[in-house]
Amino acid sequence: MTPVLELSHITKRFGPLVANEDVSLRLGQGEILALLGENGAGKTTLMNILFGHYEADEGEVRVFGETLPAGKPRAAIAAGVGMVHQHFTLAGNLSVLDNVMLGSERLSRIGSDRRAARKKLMAISERFGLPVDPDARVSKLSVGERQRVEILKALYRDARVLILDEPTAVLARPEAERLFETLRGMTQDGLSLIFISHKLHEVMAASDRVAVLRGGRMVAERATSETSSSELAELMVGRKVQRPVRQDHAIGAPVLQAERITIVEEGETRLEDISFTVNEGEILGIVGVSGNGQGALGALLSGLMAPTSGALRLNGADVGQLGPRGLIAAGAARVPEDRHAEGAVGEMTVWENAILERLRSAAFSRFGFVRRAEAKAHARELIQRFDVRGAGPDTRIRLLSGGNMQKLILGRCLATGPRFLLANQPTRGLDEGAIAAVHEELLAARAEGAAILLISEELEEAVQLSDRIQAIVKGRLSEPVAAGEADARRLGLMMAGVWDTQDAA
Amino acid sequence: MRLERRETVPLTLVATAPLAAVVAALVLAAGLIAAAGVNPLAAYGEMLRGAFGSRLSLTEMLTRATPLILTGLAAAVAFRARLWNIGGEGQFFMGALATAWIGHSLALPGLLGMAVLMICGMAAGALLLAGPAFLRLRFGVDEVVTTLLLNFIVILFVGLMIEGPLRDPLAFGWPQSVPVDSAYRLADLVPRTRLHMGLLVALAAAGVVWLVLTRTVFGVETRAAGLNARAAAFAGISLPRTIMGVALLSGALAGLAGAIEVMGVTGGVTTTMSPGFGYAGIVVAMLAALHPAGVVAAAVFVATVFVGADAMSRATGVPSFIADVIVALSLLTMLVALLFTTYRVRR
Ligand SMILES: Nc1ncnc2c1ncn2[C@@H]1O[C@H](COP(=O)(O)OP(=O)(O)O)[C@@H](O)[C@H]1O
Ligand SMILES: [Mg+2]
Repeated sequence: MTPVLELSHITKRFGPLVANEDVSLRLGQGEILALLGENGAGKTTLMNILFGHYEADEGEVRVFGETLPAGKPRAAIAAGVGMVHQHFTLAGNLSVLDNVMLGSERLSRIGSDRRAARKKLMAISERFGLPVDPDARVSKLSVGERQRVEILKALYRDARVLILDEPTAVLARPEAERLFETLRGMTQDGLSLIFISHKLHEVMAASDRVAVLRGGRMVAERATSETSSSELAELMVGRKVQRPVRQDHAIGAPVLQAERITIVEEGETRLEDISFTVNEGEILGIVGVSGNGQGALGALLSGLMAPTSGALRLNGADVGQLGPRGLIAAGAARVPEDRHAEGAVGEMTVWENAILERLRSAAFSRFGFVRRAEAKAHARELIQRFDVRGAGPDTRIRLLSGGNMQKLILGRCLATGPRFLLANQPTRGLDEGAIAAVHEELLAARAEGAAILLISEELEEAVQLSDRIQAIVKGRLSEPVAAGEADARRLGLMMAGVWDTQDAA
Repeated sequence: MRLERRETVPLTLVATAPLAAVVAALVLAAGLIAAAGVNPLAAYGEMLRGAFGSRLSLTEMLTRATPLILTGLAAAVAFRARLWNIGGEGQFFMGALATAWIGHSLALPGLLGMAVLMICGMAAGALLLAGPAFLRLRFGVDEVVTTLLLNFIVILFVGLMIEGPLRDPLAFGWPQSVPVDSAYRLADLVPRTRLHMGLLVALAAAGVVWLVLTRTVFGVETRAAGLNARAAAFAGISLPRTIMGVALLSGALAGLAGAIEVMGVTGGVTTTMSPGFGYAGIVVAMLAALHPAGVVAAAVFVATVFVGADAMSRATGVPSFIADVIVALSLLTMLVALLFTTYRVRR
């Protein structure tokens, strides 16, 4: 295969931190290369150098044999490189067509040739099997559709090498599978692709070749057919990691009960007549494609939304209207879906974040003053007990890696020995090592008798951890199935909204 | 050239940003001074002398700094919680008016009466900001607009009162309110100057605000709500309560500035008693990077410019409006400096 793209001896430093160290990489014509690595391994940095967002301290980039000038995204685009960023860069208030055209028109032009642009966009859309409505406003699109627009935007600029940074981070499983099918089709059309990921299963399923990055260095390259997920896991983490296994044990009495809860918000039904029970020492898994009511369920169990009808009972007491503080006081703990947006105040210290939920409790305040010594001691204890790395009580929490921040949030929840724990997407965006640690803690809490409700889009995770599983579809819940009976086919049907009790209407 | 967000902001940078901003503002204003045909260095020399050169000038400068410390604190407290209180000027006047009115006929022993009057001034300022805060919480009305517009309404209201019911009959037709009883005038801090005990009150207020913001539950909640409202709400912090608490504190500080100015300097209220203390408080807070200790330093700087500019104008003929230019420029340069403390420039 002829290399369409070649990175040689790239080194990039951010102050004292070496994000990429002497990294070399080649991409063949028509190839799908997976760039695998844990969070912070330097994947995004490497691709940003390739695309000209960053300038490398050493090394060079060649596309189709030509050396790219450093630090010039325009040159990269002109050479046929397209990039779909981890965080989308679309203008929400513009239409799909406007977004695609944005930046690829010369400013000196008077007026714009929308008709030609539309024709070109539709042709690309058809050719690559990426259906879009060019007049839809981007803010109205789902994440999956937005990603499609990002890809189209790159293709519109005649990209022949496409780079996708963690393209599945925002997608549910079926959407991700569809994406990879599309990508495969694109290689037959002459494109070459690099996708970044830290998920082993998709790397194994969708790539021709894998390059593993660890701590900024290229540690291995393998043909996908000649490697296994366990080898890749070890290469990526640098040691053997194993997710812990759920042990069978006796399940206790009901702790949290939802009784026919409906939530209507601004005229829209967010949850419809849902009922479930979580028992002592049990993990109940809620699976589903994102956007089917997980948000409202999480908000309900966090105290941020109250039931419009129905009751939420914790140890028999109605807690539906209590709000976050009351719910916590009643013995609930919550791991939020988005740790940066809801779980932590980034600019505040670890100790402040550690006690934020219990600021007004006697343990951490007296006469309106914060008991700083006690709070810091508590933070230190959490850091130790939950193995939070790279932080002291006075570190601003923003500086922690995702996994360590999550361990701290989980620690904050578990420190009080809660009766009920909501774990909402507890491992989203985490690397293998951190996932194993989080699973460990959840199972330990289960063993100690906590009732845990796990909301997850990762099927493996739900099956590994849960005693029973229910699917959420369009704001409604399926009947529970025991974990033992939850095979992929059954869960797939459940997530598609097909379950025994659902009536024909 | 590109801006990259800094992972951490070094403390030295936080401290040097305001200094750099001030220097940049002075350099820019030097161009205008030179255009007026005066050597900028000589002009700035006069300015410094006018603010620090003698016992009288120093005390004048500190007299001017006193209300600025309080209005600066008012803005800093509010901005930290993302409550955009632009109404310091109005709250200042309401505090002043309440103090003069009640203080004219109050019959309490001296010290107790002073305390009561200060509390009245604070209450008046707090109530004035409670309105816009309520409108924002209840109906989502932008407080920038409401607080700003209230300033003009309050000034007109003050004019109405001092021409009418609160008019001082002994002021020879001069529009001025009745004065506070002489028993409640703040004693001189330095004999035979205008500098009064209010400076100590302002400094104490800075200390109290620092304590409240960093050491109390209310302070931590305020900071959390200001930095990440969603995370604060998730943690069970009531955003409406926090915003209202901040509004009351901020309004009270600006109201206290008015009360102290009346008790310490003017005695009664006139519509011209403030050269824009409320608005300048915003600049003070920004220059201080919203830090209470920084507010004291920034207030001294702004007071120096205001008092020194008069002296400079007398000595060199440069119009004293240059003071407003310098203060406004330093707000702009500070905003630029803040950009560079959070971002770093890359080629
Ligand atoms: N602009 C930046 N300034 C300083 N450090 C950075 C910057 N961008 C990334 N880093 C650091 O470089 C390392 C690699 O980051 P990144 O390339 O984003 O990793 P990945 O995409 O593999 O998760 C991390 O430690 C990160 O904190
Ligand atoms: Mg990345």
